[in-house]
Amino acid sequence: MKILVCISHVPDTTSKINFTNNDTEFDTNGVQYVINPNDEFGLTRAIWFQEQQGATVTVVNVGGPETEPTLRKALAIGANEAIRINATPTDGFFVAKQLAEVIKNGAYDLVIAGKESLDYNGGMVPGMTAALSGYNFLNSCIDIAVDGNNVKAVREIDGGKETVSTSLPLIIGTQKGIVEEKDLRIPNMRGIMTARTKPLNITEAVDAPANTKAVKFEKPAPKSAIKMISPDNLDELIDLLHNEAKVI
Amino acid sequence: MSILIYAESAEGKFKKVAFEIASYAKKVADSLDTTVTALTINNDNVADLAKYGIDKVLKVNNDKLVSFNAKAYADVIKQAAQQENTKLVILSSSTDSIYLSSLVAVNLEAGLASNVVGLPLSTTPFQVKRNAFSNKAFNITEINTDVKVIGLAKNSYGLFENASTLTEEAFNPNLDDNDFEIKVESVEKTSGKVSIADADIVVSGGRGLKGPENWGLIEDLAAVLGAATACSKPVSDLGWRPHGEHVGQTGKPVATNLYIAIGISGAIQHIAGINASKVKVVINTDPEAPFFKVADYGIVGDAFDVVPRLIEKLKAFKAQNA
Repeated sequence: MKILVCISHVPDTTSKINFTNNDTEFDTNGVQYVINPNDEFGLTRAIWFQEQQGATVTVVNVGGPETEPTLRKALAIGANEAIRINATPTDGFFVAKQLAEVIKNGAYDLVIAGKESLDYNGGMVPGMTAALSGYNFLNSCIDIAVDGNNVKAVREIDGGKETVSTSLPLIIGTQKGIVEEKDLRIPNMRGIMTARTKPLNITEAVDAPANTKAVKFEKPAPKSAIKMISPDNLDELIDLLHNEAKVI
Repeated sequence: MSILIYAESAEGKFKKVAFEIASYAKKVADSLDTTVTALTINNDNVADLAKYGIDKVLKVNNDKLVSFNAKAYADVIKQAAQQENTKLVILSSSTDSIYLSSLVAVNLEAGLASNVVGLPLSTTPFQVKRNAFSNKAFNITEINTDVKVIGLAKNSYGLFENASTLTEEAFNPNLDDNDFEIKVESVEKTSGKVSIADADIVVSGGRGLKGPENWGLIEDLAAVLGAATACSKPVSDLGWRPHGEHVGQTGKPVATNLYIAIGISGAIQHIAGINASKVKVVINTDPEAPFFKVADYGIVGDAFDVVPRLIEKLKAFKAQNA
């Protein structure tokens, strides 16, 4: 089984979010980058397929040279090889177009992508890639088993979950649940050393129309100060929730 | 030319998000001098849509569409959009509609803006404001395609009644066998409880509750308020509560009217996941807990003392205001 894991290179959760150039660009100054958590859950599941069912795992990212440490980390965790598509992603559709090209050339059986990235929160790349590739697509996937070409998987739905059957080739949008937090792997020294010599191939981007464009960023207005209520005056809380906030 | 919305239902009744996107679409339609058409799938009681300004309903009744199937549903939405010569498709941010939106956008060669939080800032060029960076910033996105798809963030616009006269029309899409390559085998719903996605109020517990045996406090408070229950990441990692209840950056997102955090310190990852909630209340013994920096109302106190008394007071309040 050939698996492709799509990796988004995103600011660490604790990063300060600021913008530069008249609020048109994200300020990368002092920002630590990580593998997008939803992608990392999927990558870990892919490594299990590699260890248990002999799959090969390729990781791919659309981005400039600055994203390579993130791909090397994925290699250190256990991916066999990496591809970097040398372009600055402009929107979700642009990224999906690039991924569809990689999928066409690599004939992957299973494509794993986090259901949403932590930076732009678009949640559109896995589905668009599937639609462009003609692959089956299951979003919010929290469990998957593959036997030959047959797939049994579980999707999280609002207020529960749903078990489905389908077949390869397939794209899944992953989140926590596909593996748990405790299953995530921290690269060990041996992994880091071998990652240095694993192939990281760079390809150029294909053309894609600019369907959407991020024109500007804004930070939320500072929120008003908290109102503290004495634990001995719970009537005040109820009164505020009812008359001021009007939520009960 | 009219705007098309997909009005989702569950068990034969419209979801609240269906009325929210209807309210939103009506307002946008007024500014564009057009009307709103709603697409419904296997729902016979569409009259309620007239309360929210819908002019026309395309009713699909098809046994093949009883279970949600993203590819087939996206195909149906595409065909409806083409029949109506729609330039703007509006979807909700339910789990199913997020799943559909990217497929619909590619089907229609449309630009997609998801997580949209307000009315378009301008219609030529078409610009919308959307949540980004896990609610830590907004991103103004321009959609440049002829046909546009937007996903409205949950609870970001609200419901606005606007009576209209509804025309109902049967719609019979052509379904392709290829649309059904994913088959639903079974559905497991958390029975008898309000789901986090549908709730107006969420009561959430953290490690301050000291153990799963104390969750009755959270459940009792939720029951009085008609709220869903949730928990912080450490609580689900410790196995005190099922993962489906974990809210936060890597858990479920919460965008509710009222979020009550009990014994949750408020790690940045937790706040990122719940920050879209309108009103936040924190109850914690530690006055230095970071949650106090983001909440609207705070009580420094012991949950085991405060919550039982709060439940009793809320019961009395509810009885009086019933």
